Amino acid sequence: MTAESAILVAIGLPLVGALLIALAGRIGANVREAATALTSISLIWVVWGMLPTIMQGGRPAVEVSQVMPGLSIAFTVEPLGMLFAALASGLWLINSLYSVGYMRGNHEKHQTRFYACFALALSATVGIAFAGNLFTLFLFYELLTLSTYPLVSHKGDPATVRSARIYLGVLLSTSIGLFLPAIIWTYSVAGSGDFTPGGILAGKLNDPEIGLLLALFVFGIGKAAVMPVHKWLPAAMVAPTPVSALLHAVAVVKAGVFAVTKIIVYVFGIEFLFAAPSSQWLLYVAAFTIICASVVALRQTNIKRLLAYSTIAQLSYVVMAAAILKPLAEVGASLHMVAHAFGKITLFFAAGAIYVASKKTEIHQLRGIGRRMPWTMAAFTIGALSMIGVPPTAGFVSKWYILAGAFEANNLVAVFTIIASTVLNAAYFLPILYMAWFEREQEGGKDHGEAPILAVIALCLTAILTLAFFLFNGPVIELESQVVQGLNQL
Amino acid sequence: MDLLAHLPALQVVVPLLAAPLIVMLQPRGLAWAGATAVALMSFAIAVTLALAVLNGHTSEYAMGGWPAPFGITLAVDALSALMLLVVTGAGAAALLAGKPSIDQQIEPSRQPLFYSAWLLAMSGLVGIVVAADAFNIFVFMEISSLASYILIAGGPDRRALPAVFKYLIMGTIGATFYLIGVGLIYMMTGTLNLADMEARIGDVSDINPILVAAGFITIGLALKAAVFPLHVWVPNAYTQAPHMVTAFLAACATKVALYVLIRFDYMVLQAELVDHVIQFALFAMPLAILGILVASAVAMFEGHLKRLLASSSIAQIGYILLGASFVSVAGLSASAAHLFNHALAKGGLFLAVACLAYQYRDLRLSQLGGASTRMPWTCGAFVVCGLSLIGVPGTAGFISKWLLINAALQSGPWGWALVGIILLSSLMAVVYIWRIVEALYFQAPIAEHAEAPLTEAPLQLLLVTAAIAILNIYFGLFPQVPLELANSAASVLLEGRL
Repeated sequence: MTAESAILVAIGLPLVGALLIALAGRIGANVREAATALTSISLIWVVWGMLPTIMQGGRPAVEVSQVMPGLSIAFTVEPLGMLFAALASGLWLINSLYSVGYMRGNHEKHQTRFYACFALALSATVGIAFAGNLFTLFLFYELLTLSTYPLVSHKGDPATVRSARIYLGVLLSTSIGLFLPAIIWTYSVAGSGDFTPGGILAGKLNDPEIGLLLALFVFGIGKAAVMPVHKWLPAAMVAPTPVSALLHAVAVVKAGVFAVTKIIVYVFGIEFLFAAPSSQWLLYVAAFTIICASVVALRQTNIKRLLAYSTIAQLSYVVMAAAILKPLAEVGASLHMVAHAFGKITLFFAAGAIYVASKKTEIHQLRGIGRRMPWTMAAFTIGALSMIGVPPTAGFVSKWYILAGAFEANNLVAVFTIIASTVLNAAYFLPILYMAWFEREQEGGKDHGEAPILAVIALCLTAILTLAFFLFNGPVIELESQVVQGLNQL
Repeated sequence: MDLLAHLPALQVVVPLLAAPLIVMLQPRGLAWAGATAVALMSFAIAVTLALAVLNGHTSEYAMGGWPAPFGITLAVDALSALMLLVVTGAGAAALLAGKPSIDQQIEPSRQPLFYSAWLLAMSGLVGIVVAADAFNIFVFMEISSLASYILIAGGPDRRALPAVFKYLIMGTIGATFYLIGVGLIYMMTGTLNLADMEARIGDVSDINPILVAAGFITIGLALKAAVFPLHVWVPNAYTQAPHMVTAFLAACATKVALYVLIRFDYMVLQAELVDHVIQFALFAMPLAILGILVASAVAMFEGHLKRLLASSSIAQIGYILLGASFVSVAGLSASAAHLFNHALAKGGLFLAVACLAYQYRDLRLSQLGGASTRMPWTCGAFVVCGLSLIGVPGTAGFISKWLLINAALQSGPWGWALVGIILLSSLMAVVYIWRIVEALYFQAPIAEHAEAPLTEAPLQLLLVTAAIAILNIYFGLFPQVPLELANSAASVLLEGRL
């Protein structure tokens, strides 16, 4: 299989998988789960198979359809997209393992629809990762919103439908109202929307307009959850936990920050944007979002909502890192996508496992739960430490790079934001850890043990990944350094 | 002469002659089969003509061998080819799918007459599209209007009668206005042939009667096309008509009137009338914008599925008119593309409505709870066509919105405001389509349906609906053919003028 056809196979596989899952759902639950596993394993095989090519500097590209002159559906694999696709496909397998435990343990309904939509969402995610131009990116961005809507509204009760409406409303209205005009503007100014190293806008747009276009992009990509377009993320927490874990900690939100990073690097161009004073605001807005979301997270009483606000803050880390506009910071941005993905998916898995085993959803109910669910809480601890950025966890690596980039740019705002948010992260995660491990359980609670074994295996795996990334991050750094290769020598 | 040369005439004559024959086919299955076969044949003719146009053969046909400007001529260029595809495609698809729905709604004894009226309406509409002279357009307009009055009133619902009466009055006023305008132009130029008219308007000594005629014709056709605020006949007519008739007429009837409006204005009036470009743009653009915003807002609060979609149609007519009011190649090709794409989306939506209506007698949104579990395929097709109506990328609707936005940006300093309006109305479309989706997917079924084992619509109906839904996606990813027709239509209309 050539790398070019591998791109199409990678996008088509989950689509076929969704169909298979829908058909297998009529035969039986085990066959259906086998179909999910088969699809995700083959997706990993295809996506990860492209890694060597990209590592060696190959950039396979393929054009599917020339929709209109200058507007085509085309895919190009480059390091950022490669990393995102590898991450999403790899975690999908672990998540599928967890989903089986969670959905069965919880006796959820409509499981076939759930798995089929999940596969669709993955296809859209891979499409976003490999998109070769803005139009293709937008196409799959909208597809991702639409395919995750049934997952968010899974429960179907009035409160859930209301939250799902916020989810869809915010994401669609920002994308149609802001993202689309930004894309049209780019096409009309630059004549194309192809992702090109060094950007396509240099010399074609003047100063105040650069900042405006950047604003249209950043706020139009609602999935990046930069304040004030973050409201959909807490609303999406009504979804079953596997959805929150893979989609609202990895695929969907990372698609947002991935798109922002990709646009900064390949549409604007780092140097072009660095030279434009009107683009500075992005750093401050991201810094504000980090601090503000962390403060809001302090006040949350529901575990999943706390994690949601923590996600908002962590996403803005990536945006802020990208907005520092220095090579090291761009590498840090891509590293943080990975580091946060491992840590946050672990945290969500743990929250879901707690819910399945004990039906507990509030933080104050977690007293002493460490003794009943030691594996789950150990994983939760690792995830939380990674969020704070304590070695030896993944979070430390990416923070290191972002800080290095901030110093390179002499950007004290970024430095102080990182320090302050580390303190805040510690302030909302450490009490939970203390409560879970050292306080005594309340009397009269439900007697329970660990969650279903599949769920526990999954969350242990991601916790191990969180630790492993601290030690074995070389290939990722090597891959992502290619993004800024030309710039390092400057 | 080979057969290809006769196709423009056959396009009209085949359904026209078949109509009286259908009446004689009394066993009802036969009448349906005959009408469907004729409609499919018309569609095949339209496809052949479109292919010929794509290869660069625009056909002109002189009836009885009398050359223009003395005889009656028929002409097929890119715009008419596109329109023919829409009209015959909608007519054929609705007939092909519609037998179960029509059997349910029309008594067997009246069915042959119904099918006959269907073919008459179709031949009238294609006649309008191919006719190259002003008076024959009027004649075909009357044929199609009279036939569609019958079709709309043909359903079991007696409320259709006042609706159709309103339509009849407004339609007649529109046609009369058109005729008055044509009469005035004939008085001043002495010709009815469109091309000839264009050539002679420049020589007219007194321009005032022509200006009056332009006013009469524009308003008369705007009435027929349901341009805001002349749209009041649409919601009731669409709502009370038999479901398949709605699917057929919503896809093409008002668009044909708009087609004549665009053609008349661009082919005859704009070339020679001083400042007419500005008059037309200043008249059409505010109406288009108001129509888009007001009708979308009405749709957002409408509680009946068919009325909601009818309101949305008025907004979509606004898009087409907006594109035309830019008086640019980009704007006109956006309009032409939207003619085609909206027909796909709205035709598909109304077919899905017909599927729903097969099982649900009451189409108020509050009654449709739980439909998704009983009719998953229908609801799936509805969602796909709804996304196309919204203009989500990857669907046909996105293509024409993109073109329209680009045309708006090129139209001048107000371009950004127009883009804002188009995007705002897209968001309004999200709201009204999603109200339906929530009703279909999340609302609890009402008591009387809770136990009833409702199942999917008949396969025949469902297959065609699904096919249209798939076409919505296909033409979103591979829109080359309609776009090529739309682009050459735009350049034909503006030939040598900009």
